[in-house]
Amino acid sequence: MPGVTRLSVRNIRKSFGDHEVLKGISLDAEDGDVISLLGASGSGKSTFLRCINLLETASDGEIFVDGEQIRMVKKNGQNRPESQKQVDHIRSELGMVFQSFNLWSHMTILQNVIEGPVHVLKRPKAECIAEAEALLEKVGIADKRHAYPAHLSGGQQQRAAIARALAMKPKVMLFDEPTSALDPELVGEVLRVMRALAEDGMTMLVVTHEMSFARNVSNRVVFMRQGVVDSSGAPDDMFGSGASPAFRQFIGHFGGEQ
Amino acid sequence: MDIAFLSSAMVTLLKAVPMTLLLFSLSVFFGGLLALVIVTMRVSGNRLLSGFAKGYIFVFRGSPLLIQMFLVFYGLGQFGVIRYSFLWPFLREPVVCAVLSLALCTAGYSAEIFRSGIRAVSPKEIEAARAIGMSGFLLVRRIIAPIAFRHALPAYSTEIVLMMKSTALASLVTVWEVTGVAQRLISQTYRTMEVFLCAALIYLVLNFLILQGMALLEYSLSKHRRAAPPSAVKA
Ligand SMILES: Nc1ncnc2c1ncn2[C@@H]1O[C@H](COP(=O)(O)OP(=O)(O)OP(=O)(O)O)[C@@H](O)[C@H]1O
Ligand SMILES: [Mg+2]
Repeated sequence: MPGVTRLSVRNIRKSFGDHEVLKGISLDAEDGDVISLLGASGSGKSTFLRCINLLETASDGEIFVDGEQIRMVKKNGQNRPESQKQVDHIRSELGMVFQSFNLWSHMTILQNVIEGPVHVLKRPKAECIAEAEALLEKVGIADKRHAYPAHLSGGQQQRAAIARALAMKPKVMLFDEPTSALDPELVGEVLRVMRALAEDGMTMLVVTHEMSFARNVSNRVVFMRQGVVDSSGAPDDMFGSGASPAFRQFIGHFGGEQ
Repeated sequence: MDIAFLSSAMVTLLKAVPMTLLLFSLSVFFGGLLALVIVTMRVSGNRLLSGFAKGYIFVFRGSPLLIQMFLVFYGLGQFGVIRYSFLWPFLREPVVCAVLSLALCTAGYSAEIFRSGIRAVSPKEIEAARAIGMSGFLLVRRIIAPIAFRHALPAYSTEIVLMMKSTALASLVTVWEVTGVAQRLISQTYRTMEVFLCAALIYLVLNFLILQGMALLEYSLSKHRRAAPPSAVKA
């Protein structure tokens, strides 16, 4: 459903002590948008993603997921979510993929994938297993379903983590540098899965240093710098003549990869 | 070697094994439950609860179990509230006193063992669980407890074996378990060596079985840390 706003973030601020990491960031993602979030190390990209699913609590600002606003209250001057139940619900609608996979080590790959649908969404197990197997097929690791995370390569683990997130049928997928912990030869297999996901119409917000992905797969590029959005736009404009001087300098470091 | 005497002593002692097993299983069970309560308080983040848990752990780990048992056995009756409560006929029983003090003591040790298990759970795995919408008890039940228990299992096996040996102390508060019966037999026959050897053998066999059971449990819970099966190795 193009035109439906899946994620809307307004004026998010976040401080750690005196250090203001996010200084008022806004962003809207419509259905099917694939947004690449770029920025130097320390510019606050991870913090921004983590504020969206409340792994960090923003000091100020509003977040809407599929039209539902996350209710916040001020307690002793601190911003807090009003209801843990709503937080859990919102999180179940946001798929998160971490840099270091974070699969549950004591569960097989299949168990990792069905964990959320069975125990959070409380859906029938047989149904979840069938869907999980289809997802594992889709990310190309169906043969690994009974293996444990430690027995998989990094690329396979990350694809399993993507399948785990997809099993929740999320409205939006959040990726925090999904390929940064991988050996170079394993990056491609994960990017291929993400590309297929984008082509399927998944709404995605991707923190990445993969310029080829930002350029060729995403339909919008957002460049963060020192806690604010420095510039954003279509990849062709951003990587073409429309680039801000700061962005131009930033992508200069990736010269060889473009 | 007097085989006839040894075997009759063995038969006498074996009759006390059910009592030893009763002391052991009840105190491990209730001690385990109490340890869960204590460790929950300890990691709750509430200063009052965690302070209480710390104090509890300090007291029960820091003082001899035998003295704790004597205090329960001889001491509880000193308190009018207990002496005249409906629980007294129950608390007067030596077995109950022994189980109570064994459970209270092992709860202190087990709580610390569980806590070290909880600390070993990777924060990233917890975060991944939060990220799909888990929180509270569901998060503990599905992710934190299973991982923590796996980390805690080796130390917990040791604690359980120590508990089996500690049941011998119950003989000093007149419970007729294996050691108590052995002492009674010695006072009747004056054959210290043979009787205690038989008793030691019984404890060895019981602990061997416990350790085997725990090893089996550990094995079945650690598939994820062993080498991959051949089919999972190929890339
Ligand atoms: N929990 C925290 N406590 C204190 N400071 C933090 C915390 N998390 C992040 N920061 C600080 O916030 C700033 C932004 O961090 P963040 O991880 O969001 O950056 P990033 O853009 O994701 O960088 P990278 O590309 O290295 O992942 C950094 O200066 C970091 O030191
Ligand atoms: Mg980061």
